[in-house]
Amino acid sequence: MSDLKEELKSKIISVLNLEDVTTADIADADPLFGDGLGLDSIDALELIVLLDKDYGIKLTDPKQGKAIFESINTMAEYITANRTK
Amino acid sequence: MEYFIHTYCHIKENTISVNGEPFFASAALTVPEFLKEAYQKLAISYPKFHKMDKMSKLALISSEITLKGVENGENVALVFSNCAASLDTDINYQESISLPDNYYPSPAVFVYTLPNICVGEVSIRHGLNTENAFFVSAGFDADKINAYTEYLLQSGKAEKVLVGWLEVLENNYECFMYLVDTKGSIPYSKQQIITIYNR
Amino acid sequence: MLKAYIHSYNLITPLGLSVSENWQAVISGKSGIQQQHIPNVLPDPFFAAIIDEQKSGTDFPSEIITKLEKMLYLALLPVVKADPVQGRSLLILSSTKGNIELLEQHRVQEAHLSVLANKIAHFFGIKDALVVSNACVSGVMAVGTAKRLIQMEEIDSAYVIAGDVLTAFVVSGFQSFQALSDGVCRPYDRDRNGINIGEGAAACFISAEKENAVFEILGDANINDANHISGPSRTGEGLHRSIESAIAEAQIDRREIDFVSLHGTATLYNDEMEAIAMNRSQLQDIPCNSMKAYYGHTLGASGLIELILSMESAKKGTLIPSKGFENTGTTQEINVIRKAEEKQIDLILKTASGFGGSNSALILKKCTI
Repeated sequence: MSDLKEELKSKIISVLNLEDVTTADIADADPLFGDGLGLDSIDALELIVLLDKDYGIKLTDPKQGKAIFESINTMAEYITANRTK
Repeated sequence: MEYFIHTYCHIKENTISVNGEPFFASAALTVPEFLKEAYQKLAISYPKFHKMDKMSKLALISSEITLKGVENGENVALVFSNCAASLDTDINYQESISLPDNYYPSPAVFVYTLPNICVGEVSIRHGLNTENAFFVSAGFDADKINAYTEYLLQSGKAEKVLVGWLEVLENNYECFMYLVDTKGSIPYSKQQIITIYNR
Repeated sequence: MLKAYIHSYNLITPLGLSVSENWQAVISGKSGIQQQHIPNVLPDPFFAAIIDEQKSGTDFPSEIITKLEKMLYLALLPVVKADPVQGRSLLILSSTKGNIELLEQHRVQEAHLSVLANKIAHFFGIKDALVVSNACVSGVMAVGTAKRLIQMEEIDSAYVIAGDVLTAFVVSGFQSFQALSDGVCRPYDRDRNGINIGEGAAACFISAEKENAVFEILGDANINDANHISGPSRTGEGLHRSIESAIAEAQIDRREIDFVSLHGTATLYNDEMEAIAMNRSQLQDIPCNSMKAYYGHTLGASGLIELILSMESAKKGTLIPSKGFENTGTTQEINVIRKAEEKQIDLILKTASGFGGSNSALILKKCTI
């Protein structure tokens, strides 16, 4: 699980072009949206693509994303439970 | 009312000049590298910059220079144009949907497949709830851009106008931007714009 | 400054290849939107409004090749016939993506919007061309641009043409935004869940000449939200300011506006934003509609298609119902038209909003004969 969390952090930084952020800057429980990393609605959609592309998980309802993308912890848990690749 | 060209800026061939004077030159080998170095030269912190496509980056850099001293909330209209529209990003996006086995359309790329997104980016950065337009023409159309600019000023729809020609296609790019204002040292006229553009 | 007037106009859409065919279809409640299954556009079935290319039965000139070129040609042909090219005339093309499908064959040069505009202009003997590519407000902004350039005496007249086609490029993009509805879209309704993509073309002639004109353009504005590049402003800032600017220029009492043709894409956020802006501008009681459930969202064509149907609506004295609307689905009420009603319509407000935080408003007044 901790490997997955590290992997997610570096993927998020690269996919969302967070130039000034390193994996050490993201704590597992930090909120990703709002005040946390300051991600927005387009980033959320891009994370949905990431789940599909890298883990074979299809989210069709963007509202589902809200809970899943709350933090690295919630993302890792959801991926572990639902991944198909 | 008398109008002036307050500030103008050229960006091409790895260099930036402001009011005809050299401002920044780089030995970068790629367009994104050059744009990143130019951003660093501006010494601003705007993390969203890194999410933008090349054209929006070019617009952000040139507007940062030409709007220096302009306060957020001033009535500055944006009139941008180019020849290739958003084709540079369109080509990227097309690639992301061209292989059925690797079909992952990216919303973050798709959103930049409209040329006026760069107008939105500059509006957000400078808090400009103002008149804005994006035109496409084979070359910089001084006649119509000038008529449109003068309309905005004469009708009172804008107090100042930021005009930009922002061409980006693959490895080629060129940016010409100027602020038409009631203050400045170069009297504004269409002929003056053509002269400066060709510098 | 000079004034600008709208003369002849034409429509090419899935609902018909003339204004009268479109009017008949719309007023009888037809929609061009159907379920489509075109795997090379989108892997899964989707709802969209598509023009049947076989329907036109026209032999096209050899240089008119792509579907979009054919649509624009058909749209402009009767307009040029009614108002022949003369003086300093400009072709203004409104399009978001033009011939973008040529990128599938790596034909980058031909995919340029200016190439398309110049081709159509050249064919009809119009000496100059300009493209307005400002996302979903392009169609309204193109009409406003014609007005402004006429007012400044830069040109004597303009042929405004607007068109976009359905492509894998556009459909996959809106799908990636999870913005596509799973049925025919329902603007302003409680149960709306997204847009349908449509395709269409429109053309109109605008000049400084009052004689034989049908509408005068009283005011226009295009003001940015300065908020987000894809999400509409939660306060309707840019749209509200655009409406106010257009009303101020038109020098009218807002209570005189007879009808508002809104954008109404049927996404949750767009429709909510429009309802807020309408209330901020105290226009909530004026009958309004969205045409998206008839045509889908035709992107760069939508503004002009809807403007033309609004003018027809005024000519016939009949309000067009906002198809797909049943129950109020915005936090603030607006007067969405439920059934075709007779009404004297002299003053029209047309609005549009789109990506990049763009908004447009345009006010038209019917010319008295």
